[in-house]
Amino acid sequence: MVYLTRKIEFSAAHLYHNPAFSDEENRRVFGKCNNPNGHGHNYVLEVTVGGEADPATGMVLNLTELKETLDREVMERMDHRFLNYEVSELAGQIPTCENVAAVIWRLLAPKISRGKLTRVRLWESPDLYVDCYGGESAS
Amino acid sequence: MRIELTRRYSFSASHRLHSMQLSQEENQRIYGKCNNPYGHGHNYVVEVTVTGPVEPSTGMIAHLGDLDRFVTSEVLEPFDHTYLNKDVPAFRERVPTTENLCVEIFDRLKAFPGARLVRIRIEETGRNSFEYAGELEGSPR
Repeated sequence: MVYLTRKIEFSAAHLYHNPAFSDEENRRVFGKCNNPNGHGHNYVLEVTVGGEADPATGMVLNLTELKETLDREVMERMDHRFLNYEVSELAGQIPTCENVAAVIWRLLAPKISRGKLTRVRLWESPDLYVDCYGGESAS
Repeated sequence: MRIELTRRYSFSASHRLHSMQLSQEENQRIYGKCNNPYGHGHNYVVEVTVTGPVEPSTGMIAHLGDLDRFVTSEVLEPFDHTYLNKDVPAFRERVPTTENLCVEIFDRLKAFPGARLVRIRIEETGRNSFEYAGELEGSPR
């Protein structure tokens, strides 16, 4: 098995607010992330695909194809967007790094034409990232 | 959906690699510059990885404030700006290599009540890193 990782960056705004919580509870649980006007990050996304290299091309997956998939599924949807209001897949969810990574996994997994999506690593800032490995259990 | 959250922290400390079980010559041969008697320091970067279900009401595996407070009280406060060999009791007997530091930090953080600790990864410098994910039940360390 060989693993290929492609990295892209996108910039987006979000805020954390649960309408089921009181204003005070929202501020206590989410802190500065509850600012009603939102705030933003430069997200860094690393997408890893695992498989055997095709003997004819030497590639696990054609990088140009992966780039086009990432452009279409992630960049066009999320880059320079307000995640809470403009990304329908996140409707009704708090757009934490955990939930955004899970949405990206679900968008990409069926679109990888060769090899298998192995890991989605989403950096929200240089000191925080989430790894998503798919699978059935837990949320 | 299996999801892990990783937070990066840093602290600065000095250490000296010197084993009581080795002769002076062996210590110098094995540890080289790291055996210099007065010690030397690093800016350590510690990656703490936790996992668990994503709580639907918050969208979170663990509350970052809780994790930050726990790591600060258990690791950063006792380790930052110290001489590990003398100021951290565990390293009075054990050589404070970054391998042993990974194990010590893992043991201190595995009691985090907010999520399950998966792994500790430490960058000793920009070129060396070490990881420890605990031992399987019953296996010797």
